[in-house]
Amino acid sequence: MTHRTHSFHFVFLMSIVALLPLLLFPTGTQAASKLKVVTATTDMAALAEEVGGDRIDIESIARGYQDPHFVEAKPSFLLKLRKADLLIVVGLQLEIGWLPPLITQSGNPRIQVGAQGYLDASQFAEILEIPTGVVTRAMGDVHPLGNPHYWLDPENGRRIARGIQQKLAEMRPEDTAYFEQRFQSFNQRLSTAEKTWEGEMKPFRGRKVVTYHRSWPNFAKRYDLDVVGYIEPRPGIPPSPSHTLELIELMRREHVKVIMVEPYFDLKTPNSIGSQTGAQVVVMLPSVGGEKEVTDYFKLFDYDVALLTKAFAAAQ
Amino acid sequence: MRHLLVFACLVFLAPGFLGAQAKDDVQERLKADEDRIKALESEIKELKASLAAVTRSTATAAVQQPVEVQTPPTNPAQQAPPTVAATPTLPGESSGQLPVYGGASAAAKVLNPDISVIGDFLGSIGRNPMNPAPTLEMHESEVGFQAIVDPYARADFFLSFGEEGVNLEEGYLTFTSLPGGLVVKVGKMRAAFGKVNTLHNHVLPWTDRPQVTENLVGGEDGIDDAGLSVTRILPAPKDILLEGTAQVFRGDSSDVFKSSRNRDVSWVGHLHGYRDLTESTNIDLGFSYARGHNDLGSGFKTQLYGMDGTVRWKPLRRAIYHSFVGRTELIWSQREQVNNVQHAFGFYTSGDYQLARRWFVGGRYDRSGRASNASLIDSGFSTILTYWPSEFSQIRGQYRFAHYAEGHDGNELRFQFQFSLGAHGAHPF
Repeated sequence: MTHRTHSFHFVFLMSIVALLPLLLFPTGTQAASKLKVVTATTDMAALAEEVGGDRIDIESIARGYQDPHFVEAKPSFLLKLRKADLLIVVGLQLEIGWLPPLITQSGNPRIQVGAQGYLDASQFAEILEIPTGVVTRAMGDVHPLGNPHYWLDPENGRRIARGIQQKLAEMRPEDTAYFEQRFQSFNQRLSTAEKTWEGEMKPFRGRKVVTYHRSWPNFAKRYDLDVVGYIEPRPGIPPSPSHTLELIELMRREHVKVIMVEPYFDLKTPNSIGSQTGAQVVVMLPSVGGEKEVTDYFKLFDYDVALLTKAFAAAQ
Repeated sequence: MRHLLVFACLVFLAPGFLGAQAKDDVQERLKADEDRIKALESEIKELKASLAAVTRSTATAAVQQPVEVQTPPTNPAQQAPPTVAATPTLPGESSGQLPVYGGASAAAKVLNPDISVIGDFLGSIGRNPMNPAPTLEMHESEVGFQAIVDPYARADFFLSFGEEGVNLEEGYLTFTSLPGGLVVKVGKMRAAFGKVNTLHNHVLPWTDRPQVTENLVGGEDGIDDAGLSVTRILPAPKDILLEGTAQVFRGDSSDVFKSSRNRDVSWVGHLHGYRDLTESTNIDLGFSYARGHNDLGSGFKTQLYGMDGTVRWKPLRRAIYHSFVGRTELIWSQREQVNNVQHAFGFYTSGDYQLARRWFVGGRYDRSGRASNASLIDSGFSTILTYWPSEFSQIRGQYRFAHYAEGHDGNELRFQFQFSLGAHGAHPF
């Protein structure tokens, strides 16, 4: 029996040695000229595309119409991650429930946390709602590092694009001028678009709104909206009857006429609140790709600003 | 008379003059107060920024790579906190000051691992003559420590505190930066045999483990041993993920494998294929093999063959409200004994449907022979209802019927409370 055991071990070890070249041989075709960029969300992909142009191949893990907090860590994402040269994440623990195990299992040293190909875009942005006191789960699924929906302010979009441009230039110095030129073009177009959006939103400054989740602090700050309440009693906690009644009272008292809801939340409670308060329920898109026609960062704001101004105008 | 007029004028003008003077004073005071408020506001802003920077750096310092090139104006909260120069002290010389406990230790926490605690409280009513469960028990308290060790590896430790003692459920180092797409783990870990064996209690969709796991794969502890694991994504047709894992262990795992000599190691191999059928539906197939020596001694081996399949459905637009997971695992055991070889077979098949954001229903059918006597076959079924007050706690009820080979039946109503503290872990897939 011992002899047989030794023989088995020998055969097994020899098999592994024989398979080693196959295991070590790269299985995917490596990009010859284009950087392979994978982003956690479509918004980061849209901004990276603005500055990366045709010098990068870009893919997003999450879709624009799904809740970025609850993306499933599907093994098929490993196929994207294992070939990536650069991974851009939103950070602030937005992806904490699904991205870390994918990064570990990808077997790709280039995108591991701290490696050159790992970029946390939150470092470039103005972050709001950073808790300064004691943080507990009694506050719900609170993000202790600040609100991660920061890309919903064009100024942050500009900052993120700049950060991505510099990272791309660092990784591909020969294309530095190209990325710089792309960024300048984006910056110029963004400045023009910002004026349009601000002009459209100007008449509605100071308007009171209610949102489902805390997705809009940066957007609200940029366009001077007053978020007076949330449909969720706490972040990540579904609405309860008592909280809903309180919210209805609050909305009546404060004359709130618009409820902003993300596309991945059920509309039953917002519609019920709307019918009792006379407020209009507006399904706003927090991300690029939330609807078919919203294909880039500009169209995201075009879409949201158009919806919101229409709702405010109707409420007048 | 003239003096009187001058006096009268003074009397009448004085209030105006004094009033003007008082007004100037008030304005000056207001301006001084305003300046002071502005200075205080700016001081508070700086303090807040420093505090936020400490908070943020706790979790991001290890994660973020500094951008060496010129960066756009960054969030003030992310600026590094001011450093305090240490006063050098000669050996044996007292500095005359107590140690600073606040700032220094706060900075030290930046590199602490993520810590989590998961409590698993179980209750059971009813009757099970073959496998009785306590009426109430704090079944398990799992403490997890997870962190990146250095640019090349991360470490994960899970200590399980039960009513009978402490057990290192898993504790391993994962090398994440190896060439050739290899992911290597070293330490104590749950073997990649099938699905259920890899899962911790708190991510199971039931309060117990299937009969086939109990009878053939070591039950709750399962194949969980000290060893080495190598995983790699293998070449496959487009859109199919094929992943191979090879593991070698010391050879001691519950009642499945027993190592009597140093060379009585056990081996586990797992081949896993995955494909997205649509963006909402995917399928997962796995084949497993395990081989080691059993409790009868070095001359007796046990071999396990496994096949698992999982179908998942989760519509992306309503992912937090509805989902379905259907799963089955088939296991064959070949156990060498003194006068014979026992060939036992068992399986379970289960389905779990998410009705609403907080509600799940499920069912499971079990059937399994026993490893040491394949002719003894147990069977049973369960129905499960789960409620999630939040992402960090869950309440579950399970009705379990079991029919044992000896002819006894078990009828139990089990309930479970699970709760999680600390760092947010990854959601199971």
